[in-house]
This record gives sequence, C-alpha cells and structure tokens, in this order.
Amino acid sequence: MQLIECPWCGPREEVEFHYGGQAHVAYPADPATLTDEEWARYLFFRDNPKGTFAERWQHAAGCRRWFNAVRDTATYRFQAVYRPDEPRPEI
Amino acid sequence: MTHAGIPELPAALWRNPEPKRSYDVVIVGAGGHGLATAHYLAKNHGITNVAVLERGWLAGGNMARNTTIIRSNYLWDESAAIYEHALRLWEGLEDDLGMPILFDQRGVLNLAHSLQDVREGVRRVEANVLNGVDAQWLTPDEVREVCPIVNTSPDLRYPVLGATYQPRAGIAKHDYVAWGFARRADAAGVDLIQDCEVTGFTTDGDRVTGVSTSRGDIAAGKVALCAAGHTSVLADQLGLRLPLQSHPLQALVSELLEPVHPTVVMSNAVHVYVSQAHKGELVMGAGVDSYNGYGQRGAFHIIERQMAAAVELFPVFARAHLLRTWGGIVDVSPDASPIVGLTPYAGLYLNCGWGTGGFKATPGVGWCMAHTIAHDEPHPHNAPFTLERFTTGALIDEHGAAAVAH
Repeated sequence: MQLIECPWCGPREEVEFHYGGQAHVAYPADPATLTDEEWARYLFFRDNPKGTFAERWQHAAGCRRWFNAVRDTATYRFQAVYRPDEPRPEI
Repeated sequence: MTHAGIPELPAALWRNPEPKRSYDVVIVGAGGHGLATAHYLAKNHGITNVAVLERGWLAGGNMARNTTIIRSNYLWDESAAIYEHALRLWEGLEDDLGMPILFDQRGVLNLAHSLQDVREGVRRVEANVLNGVDAQWLTPDEVREVCPIVNTSPDLRYPVLGATYQPRAGIAKHDYVAWGFARRADAAGVDLIQDCEVTGFTTDGDRVTGVSTSRGDIAAGKVALCAAGHTSVLADQLGLRLPLQSHPLQALVSELLEPVHPTVVMSNAVHVYVSQAHKGELVMGAGVDSYNGYGQRGAFHIIERQMAAAVELFPVFARAHLLRTWGGIVDVSPDASPIVGLTPYAGLYLNCGWGTGGFKATPGVGWCMAHTIAHDEPHPHNAPFTLERFTTGALIDEHGAAAVAH
C-alpha cells in the first residue's frame, strides 16, 4: 500500500482513493458530427503506456474530490498530483 | 479428487536455436497462447517455418502466474463457442501433446450471494445448456455436497444462496501445458527463441514484413501478437491504438495441505477463487488492481480483502499459512472479451484482451489463431471477436461471466 497525495487533504492511504483512468480526455466539442469511428475512439480507446501516464483519481473516502496525477505505470510511483483545473506538469 | 504426484518430464523438451533471419510466421510471446498457436500451425496447417519470440523465458509471464482454472460457462453464444471449443481440446490434450498436463475435471462452482447473483446464475445455466455446455444450478445444500468446506451458513454477511456448477470444468498444471505445447512445436521444427525482445516492426506500406528484436531484425511473412498485458506496448510501435488497459492481477498460494478442497470455487461478489493444487497448495486469486500497471505486482490491500473473503467462505483456511504471492499483467478490453483476428495491417494478427481469463482458452485460441494466420481470415469461433466491434457496437459483454472483477 502506498500513500497518495490528495491536493486538498495531503497524503492518505491508497485504500481511500478511487481510480478514474486516463486524464485530459475531453468530451467531444460537437458530438452530433462524430462518426461511429470517432465515437468508438472517444468511448473505448485510451492510452495504455508502460511508463508515465496522466490519470484521474478521486479521494473517495476523504474530500471526495477528483484530481489528476502523473504516475509511472511500471514503478507505480506518483510523480505529480495536481488539481483538475491545472495543466499537466512537465516531469 | 485426484491426488496425482507430479510426473517426470521427458528427457528432452526443446532446442535453444539461434534466430534465423527470416520465417514464414513470427509469433510474439512464448506464453500458452503463442505456443499453442505454433503447435496448431504445424499440426493443422503444416506451417513449420515459424519462430516464437519471447523477451523473457518461455512461459514465464502470465502463464507462470495464473490460477489454472478451466471452464466454459460463459453467457453469450460467441464466448460459449470459443471456450467450449477450448474445453473439448483440453479433454484430449494429454494425448495430443504426448505429455501429462494433470488436467483434472473436478468441476467449478460460481457462488451467488444476492438475489441478483441468483438470477444471473440461473440465466447463465440456461444459456449454457442451450449452447451444449454442461451446467447446473445448485442450492446451498447441494453446494455443500460438492464442496463440504464451503460455509453455507445463512449468518454470513454475504451468504451463499446457491451456485452455478460446471462438472467438466477443472484445472491443469500450467507449466506442463506450456512445455507440452513447446515440445510438440519444437519437434515439428518451430524455433522457440527466448531472451529475444521485440522492440519494433518493419513495414512496407500497410503490410508488416518483420520485427526488430534485441537479437536483430527478423523478416516474417506474417506476425502474430500473443503478448497479453504488453500488447499495447507492442502495438504502439506501429501507431496501432487498441482498446486495452493493462492491470496487475494477483494470486497467491498457501503452504502444502492435506486434500481438503475437492473442486474449484469462485465468488464474484466477495471476490476470491480457490482450488487446491495437485501437490496440496491452496491456489487463490483476487480481482485486478483498479489502476493501470505493468510492474507484475499489485497492492497489498487487494490481498487483505481476498483473504477476508476466503476465510469467511472457508473457515478451515483460518490457520493456513500464506506461502507466496505474485502478480501478472492482464489486458482488459471494454466488454471483458478478447480481441482475436485481423488488424488494419496486412500480415499482422492480434490476440489480446483476454483479461483475467486467458489460460482456460489456451488450446482453443491457439487453434483459432493458427487458422486465422494460415487462411488470413478468422476461424468461425474467433470471427465475432474483432477489433471493429468497438466501432460497430457488436460488443460481447462478458463482465458477469468473466467472474473476476475488472
């Protein structure tokens, strides 16, 4: 188990958090114009890198707020956490 | 229950050849699926100028890390067809491979702990029977007859309200399965090449013409990806984006115990699955860790929850000692079903997305992949499992029958 830094609450145990998958996936700007292929890309296709990954977490058992994190999927080490309104930091 | 000892291996298993510079078919990944594909390419199609490339050691990835459960009690017609095809092959596999694999049809129970579980289970039993898959619905008393150590007391937080039962399901000795396929493929002339990591692909337009490896470039008429959790990493080299997320999945074993557990028990709701290995270890698995990962390890709290579920369901386990834990990396697709077949690249074939359930499919998917490669078109059993289904919407939603939380 590892400590995860909630941007609002500080470090808390991993079990308090809920995982939300890839971060920065924007809802389609003009949904009515999307092709089936584009809808499939939006709904089902996400990056799956071995290494640095920007993803969403929620402090489910704490403040219940969502935030973003940059984490290494090979080592599981969190490299940065940041609020949803902040840009992805350079690592 | 069979209490077979561990049989002697044949004196020779496989050669350890240097890679040639060119093959008709290169298979990436010498796990169960890659080795089975090589075996059936040789046996069913006479294609033997084949290399199976493995970045580590043969069958050292998920094949060495799984809980060896074999069953075909899936809900949808497409899944039932391919898993039942596999189960029928399992039933003749010792003869085909000429080697013991300790396939033991001791049956599998999938427990129900809520009214919704019961309804889903009964529905799945009916669907299985319609598909020619053996299946029964058992009451709690009948569950206790099949597996007396299951706690069927109504006082449990999540009481056992019944179970689906597939008597033909079982377990096999996973290492022997891999080595049996490897030995047969090797004898047919297939080169099994370990310590050979695929780092990229060579292409000619939209055709894949070979692979780049840690031991040089290898040309190939056809390339098949059988790399389980690392398939995304490979496909990224081609700019081919796949609807997969890789997660750690953990399992563990107890010390060796007297035979106490005569069948396989799975519980989706409280989440543990247990069988007793031939030597006597209790082999247990949990759900996947929620986050993406490639580290071949997982979080400790998953094991804690799994242990809590196991001890509540099996009070006799309370004094068992945990011997070791391990993690594999599973590639999960959005509908919890595999992706097997052609790709946008000519000469490139995909076998991935098996999530937590690839082992049971080993001979079946090897058979179908060999057909797909040989004929450049899918076998009828893997025809529904296309990459295109995520665009067309023809999903095969097996989250329920996949039976492992992901």
